Amino acid sequence: MNNLILSLITFLPLVGCLFILLIDRSKATLIKTSAFFFSLVNFILSLYLYFNFDSSTSAPQFVINKAWIPNLGISYYLGIDGISLFLVLLTTFLSCIAILSSWSAIGEKIKGYMITMLVLETGMIGVFVSLDLFLFYVFWEGMLIPMYFLIGIWGGPRKIYATIKFVLFTMLGSVLMLVAILVLYFMHYRYSGFYSFNLFDIYQLPIPGGAQMWLFLAFALAFAIKVPMFPFHTWLPDAHVEAPTAGSVILAGVLLKMGTYGFLRFCLPLFPDTFIQLTPLFSILALIGIIYGALVAMMQKDVKSLVAYSSVSHLGFVMLGIFTLNMQGVEGGILQMINHGVSTGALFLLVGMIYERRHTRLIEDFGGLLKVIPIFSGIFMVITLSSIGLPGTNGFIGEFTILLGAFKSNVTYAAIATSGIVLAAAYMLWMYQRVVFGKVTKPENEKLKDLNWRERIILIPLLLVVFWIGIYPKPIFTKMEKSVQDLIHNSRMKTQSGRHFVVQEEVTTRELIGK
Amino acid sequence: MNLNMLDLNLSAVIPHLALLGLGLILLFLSPLLSKKGKEIIPHLSWIGLFLILALVIKNFSSNRTAFMNMLMVDRFSNFFNLVFIISSILVILASISYLKREDVLKGEYFVLIIFATLGMMLMACGLDLIIIFLGLEIMSISLYILAGFKRDDIKSNESSMKYFLMGAFASGFFLYGIALIYGKIGSTNLVDIANVLFASTIQHNPILLVGVGFLLIGFGFKIGLVPFHMWVPDVYQGAPTPITAFISAGPKAAGFAALLRVFLYALQSVHLSWSSALWILAVVTMSLGNIIAISQSNIKRMLAYSSIAHAGYVFVALVAGGKEGLSSAMFYLMAYIFMNIGAFSIITALGTKGEDRAELSDYTGLSNKYPWLSVFMAVFMLALAGFPPTAGFFAKFYVFSAAVKQGYIWLVVIAVLNSFVSIYYYLRVVVVMFMHKPSGVTTPIVLPFALILAILFSIASILYLGLFPQNLLTLANLSIF
Repeated sequence: MNNLILSLITFLPLVGCLFILLIDRSKATLIKTSAFFFSLVNFILSLYLYFNFDSSTSAPQFVINKAWIPNLGISYYLGIDGISLFLVLLTTFLSCIAILSSWSAIGEKIKGYMITMLVLETGMIGVFVSLDLFLFYVFWEGMLIPMYFLIGIWGGPRKIYATIKFVLFTMLGSVLMLVAILVLYFMHYRYSGFYSFNLFDIYQLPIPGGAQMWLFLAFALAFAIKVPMFPFHTWLPDAHVEAPTAGSVILAGVLLKMGTYGFLRFCLPLFPDTFIQLTPLFSILALIGIIYGALVAMMQKDVKSLVAYSSVSHLGFVMLGIFTLNMQGVEGGILQMINHGVSTGALFLLVGMIYERRHTRLIEDFGGLLKVIPIFSGIFMVITLSSIGLPGTNGFIGEFTILLGAFKSNVTYAAIATSGIVLAAAYMLWMYQRVVFGKVTKPENEKLKDLNWRERIILIPLLLVVFWIGIYPKPIFTKMEKSVQDLIHNSRMKTQSGRHFVVQEEVTTRELIGK
Repeated sequence: MNLNMLDLNLSAVIPHLALLGLGLILLFLSPLLSKKGKEIIPHLSWIGLFLILALVIKNFSSNRTAFMNMLMVDRFSNFFNLVFIISSILVILASISYLKREDVLKGEYFVLIIFATLGMMLMACGLDLIIIFLGLEIMSISLYILAGFKRDDIKSNESSMKYFLMGAFASGFFLYGIALIYGKIGSTNLVDIANVLFASTIQHNPILLVGVGFLLIGFGFKIGLVPFHMWVPDVYQGAPTPITAFISAGPKAAGFAALLRVFLYALQSVHLSWSSALWILAVVTMSLGNIIAISQSNIKRMLAYSSIAHAGYVFVALVAGGKEGLSSAMFYLMAYIFMNIGAFSIITALGTKGEDRAELSDYTGLSNKYPWLSVFMAVFMLALAGFPPTAGFFAKFYVFSAAVKQGYIWLVVIAVLNSFVSIYYYLRVVVVMFMHKPSGVTTPIVLPFALILAILFSIASILYLGLFPQNLLTLANLSIF
């Protein structure tokens, strides 16, 4: 079971696709139900990973390693550690919710839609569980295709522009990463005498400084575009605004995390010298992202693009955390990836729900919703607060931990980042106030129906996660602790100066909370 | 000279002889048949080709020379024989309904395809420049006629005429190159050339280098290298669509087969002094093909430029040279025939009598009415663009890795950026099919069984080679000379 479970989780959605292919396209309900069924089963299977995860080791778990193309040293090598565990869970969880949220939003071509969603799920999980560089790249690029269709077919009025922009931006980074992967591959061959794309083989490779810089930049470009870091963020608002609700949820919830995950899994352990050397650059870009994203979000008229720009800001926090290269920063960064997936995913869902009712997303078209649809407004409130990072919600834990890490490494950065939280409160609450409070000014808003049972079922799990992480994040920190610790430690040891570097035992976030 | 002394070794060339026999039988059979009866010829030809394919596979590992070292039937040539015969079978399957629709179902069509295939096979196994030239001519002349097969169609005529004129020039260059090389080395045999060049110091002799340059020009025309590509778009657009598929697959592979054998075997010692020129040719070919393809509104024309770009990618493998360069070029060409013939088969299916209907606008909203056909077309486009998990991705990956291994990192950077540019125009076809609302009247599409078979086989091959490239990879690795 333990070595098959990851393959099962990765490819079960594809099995679901084959099943849906057999259903006649007129049977919409059956198609939707079976898509939901497969994604739900997949989520339940991924819970197995959570409960059987051994948090005392940073070695990959649930490993399967089979030769795939032995001539070139390519293997089918899957495994997860404390970092990817949560991203896999996030993916299966959000896929489930995204499929459920498309129940009534998607009118036409429902069969193709569900197939696309399931293929996308396979691609995303594949990215997080692959430990072979070639396999990773196959999933990384293959996953673009379903997303491309998702935005391009079921998107809004400017969908074609948005989807092409999305694909081209992402591909530009990816193709250069492919060259870097090949260079690494042959460097490894010359160093050790055998061909391998196995990530752990390539980790062993000492890379001279100059080459390290180029290779790092090629990888970092691909990931920075995906995150997206300022100044590569311009595809994001377009893609978000035009994508269907479920597409936005997946995009914000999972796809962006591939970028930040890439920095942790590839850039840091492969090129630690350059990583440390370029920390100021990336930290400053992250800070610009935080402030700039927040300021632009504040000026948005459309709720969805407001949320999209807030993503730029939130992901800036994640990047800042990762580049502190200490326990709190990185752990906080990982937690914030999950938080952002949950909170922003929920925000997009809420925006989608109100859009289905009113067919507009402009802030000025709303006002006074509290009186008309109180349940919607209440949930919206909670999610808004969690996005801002109110204590007791998940956002607080994530941002607070990141800031702890940032204060340890550079007080100036931390101070600037803190102002980002203030700005976040400003744009979110201002938007919330204009949408929900006040008098009902538009007659169209008077007859709005409140959330139905399906919509409540979609949102309740998200709310539970918001409070779970907000109140008791310890199990999450426990599970990621060892992996993060070893990642930082090994990377520091691998640097040129690392050999003389006395690594002091760092206090973990869990211990901090425990005190 | 006693005839018995001649080492003809006919048993080595049985597949070639069988193919010749098949062509001749069909040629004589076809006038005897009534119009209705002629419909059996395509089936006879693909069945015949299929049997010859089996014959090639059976004798795959033979390693024999024939006709006094003029032919070399080895794994390398047999690998390419597979490429040629499979592509011919697919093209024949895709042609049947087209010819019926255009009312030009004639026996000669298939006979010419068979002869062209024979020419290609000769090119792949030629161990003598004269044989390579012979194969080139047999192939080319058959193709000139095929390109103009729709005699009443002015575009088809134009295509044939252009192809012929350009091809004739190319042949002239080629012959002159052979003459110069012969003048310097005293032999046209590749083994002799290799030996002489290895032993002596005439690698930088100007006459020899000019001769090699002329050979390169001759090959360049055939495989559509920039700046010898001018004929490609017009010929591709004007020729009957299945013939376009044919021209883009087999002959290109044949050109490369001979080119690889001449440049990486016979002229190996001169290879280094040529590598910077080849480098530039590869870059120019990829870049120009991709950039011009962006502005095309006709899919056949777009695929013509794309085929130029793909020739550039294969050329990257040639620049890299070495074992990997060779086997990656072979893998690439095998994968490429499926993508291209598949795409052209769908274009064939969408045409109507007298009209190609290959403008991009003809594909608007196709997915609403023909979801499967559109999905297949999308797969072909994604494969050509090099997305995983299709064969197109692995083929590119393997070529690029061969080049990185030899240290051509900048060349690979340019190549991947090119492949990035190409995504735009390949995806545009997908955009038009899936993301635009259907417009205007769409004539119902007839999908005959043979055509579906060709498309499905191409799809299956693309996915198989993309997901499990191991077998073909091993075969290609075994088949290098």
